[in-house]
Amino acid sequence: MWNYSEKVKDHFFHPRNAKVVEQANAIGDVGSISCGDALRLMLRVDPATEIIEEAGFQTFGCGSAIASSSALTELIIGRTLTEASQLTNKQIADYLDGLPPEKMHCSVMGQEALRAAIAQFRGEAPEADHEEGALICKCFGVDEGHIRRAVLQNNLTTLEDVINYTKAGGGCTSCHEKIEQTLGEILSQQPVVAKAAEKPRDENWLAVEEVIAGLRPHIQADGGDMRLLDVTEKQVTVSLSGSCSGCMMTDMTLAWLQQKLIERLGRFMHVVSDTATTSTSAV
Amino acid sequence: MKPVYLDNNATTRIDPMVLEAMMPFLSEHYGNPSSIHDFGRPAGIALERAREQVASLLGARHDSEIIFTSCATEATSTAILSAAEAYPERREIITTVVEHPATLQVCERLERQGYVIHRVPVNGEGALDLGIYRAALSDKVALATVMWANNETGVINPVREMAELAHQAGVLFHCDGVQAVGKIPVSLADTEIDMLSCSGHKFHGPKGVGALYVRRGTRFRPLLRGGHQERGRRAGTENIAGIVGMGAAAELADIHLPLMAAQIAVLRDRLQHSITSAIPYTLVMGGTQPRTPNTVNIAFEYIEGEAILLLLNHCRIAASSGSACTSGSLEPSHVMRAMGIPYTAAHGTIRFSLSRYTREKEIEYVIEQLPPMIARLRALSPYWQGDHPMMAADAGGFVPPYG
Repeated sequence: MWNYSEKVKDHFFHPRNAKVVEQANAIGDVGSISCGDALRLMLRVDPATEIIEEAGFQTFGCGSAIASSSALTELIIGRTLTEASQLTNKQIADYLDGLPPEKMHCSVMGQEALRAAIAQFRGEAPEADHEEGALICKCFGVDEGHIRRAVLQNNLTTLEDVINYTKAGGGCTSCHEKIEQTLGEILSQQPVVAKAAEKPRDENWLAVEEVIAGLRPHIQADGGDMRLLDVTEKQVTVSLSGSCSGCMMTDMTLAWLQQKLIERLGRFMHVVSDTATTSTSAV
Repeated sequence: MKPVYLDNNATTRIDPMVLEAMMPFLSEHYGNPSSIHDFGRPAGIALERAREQVASLLGARHDSEIIFTSCATEATSTAILSAAEAYPERREIITTVVEHPATLQVCERLERQGYVIHRVPVNGEGALDLGIYRAALSDKVALATVMWANNETGVINPVREMAELAHQAGVLFHCDGVQAVGKIPVSLADTEIDMLSCSGHKFHGPKGVGALYVRRGTRFRPLLRGGHQERGRRAGTENIAGIVGMGAAAELADIHLPLMAAQIAVLRDRLQHSITSAIPYTLVMGGTQPRTPNTVNIAFEYIEGEAILLLLNHCRIAASSGSACTSGSLEPSHVMRAMGIPYTAAHGTIRFSLSRYTREKEIEYVIEQLPPMIARLRALSPYWQGDHPMMAADAGGFVPPYG
């Protein structure tokens, strides 16, 4: 069983606003029965003030999907559509005291339903998103715009992150290459990445870089890869990708680098992967 | 009401008599069975006694046909990789689409090494297509590996017949017997099965111990090398307490076997019939097939399995689900997908698996608790309206993009 927070359990066992809003004038439908998650968000919006006076939901899905839907309604009632449109999936997850990383897509589903409802209220075509990019994951109907928003709002860096937050790639896996390509393009446009690259590369950094360069051919031979992200006095942060991403042997790979660093630098450096950091903080 | 445990296909409660048998080997009898001195002697004797007990439950002709392993996963890996190594000129393996990952993932690894893997499909009731199985048998096949009973549905495969067909084609036959041993009679000496994997904790023994039956005369290559234990067929110091526990559990399972059909199957059937008659839009997975007497897998349409499990757990009822959300995967179980179960049902499957400790009042409690839970989740579902599924054609029906 997943390790859900007390608040997730509370919203699952006692969902708020789980109802059909009879006079809804903004409805957002997302997900599908084949995906295993679907949400209908119903809003009654005052046309004059654009304040959300009433919100209700119907959800087909797991415990965290129902809890996320309930949290979403609590967070938007009383807000204007413009204020509500600023809501991120992270705020939904934070409101619930966090969700397991594998369940973050439930909070994203809430955010997407809200976008769809607002678009419907404003008379925008629901398909408008797809003009932003192609359909990436056919199994779960996830397009490039959906992935882009999830990546940027949640600082996602790996394929595994994208699967956890959007479900894209969680089915037949044939779109993994496309997701990695899309992710690469999104990240390459990010100033954060450029900032990391600009970090002064002192002697310490160069020594770590040399050790990683020595290990990479072996890792690549197994279909994975390792990228250096940061070096502080006592810690090295790397990013694992390809078959290393989500691999059960991740800890061994990191321990291997740690051992090689001890041999090269003559002192202990704690090695972490960016995904491990994300998971720990998310739980 | 004490918690109701209906997840016995995952693991079972350890029998107190098993625990009692194990305890001396966790305390005073700590010797190594390979030692020649007196400390090792009780352990060595207990090891051989356990071998007899497991051989007896499996109906093996010789005790020496039993190799103890750390679990059934190790036993299955050993069987498949042994066959591949023993017959290097044969580069094909036959298995089924509904096997346990312990089999499927080893086959996938061999596939990456150039092996051709034939995966026999199943129909909507979980029955294997024997025509495809027959057609795949040839002198290029190193091994056919087929589970006796499916862990999710309990559907029993005709492994005796399949082993005979394999031998007619000169092919070695391995059977994953994990969900069958201790639940249905297994008399290997009367079959042509060459190898069989089983696990102690599935029949009230401890976790961390399994066994591989290897028929005398079968060409065999060990997976673990480095010691002479288990006649050189599985290196590594034996988990004596675990093995003693598995032996004791095997003896007890043998004694209780008739109970499975006489009492447990009756309770299972009561649970199945009560649920399906009280709750509409429910389907029994593999319901028309011969099944292990303790298992029933029911799909509750239009709701999701994890949500059902959370509500059951809240009422102190333990079961399990083939739903994607319980597994970390994003798709329903490979068994449900292989059976072609529609998505309206595949996400909402719940497996109830009973044991000899299951009592009638527990089953009555589940029958009483479940209907309001299902009604509650359906009331939340956008695919449900009143007391029936909402059709897409209904006015205002739920029609999400890509739905």
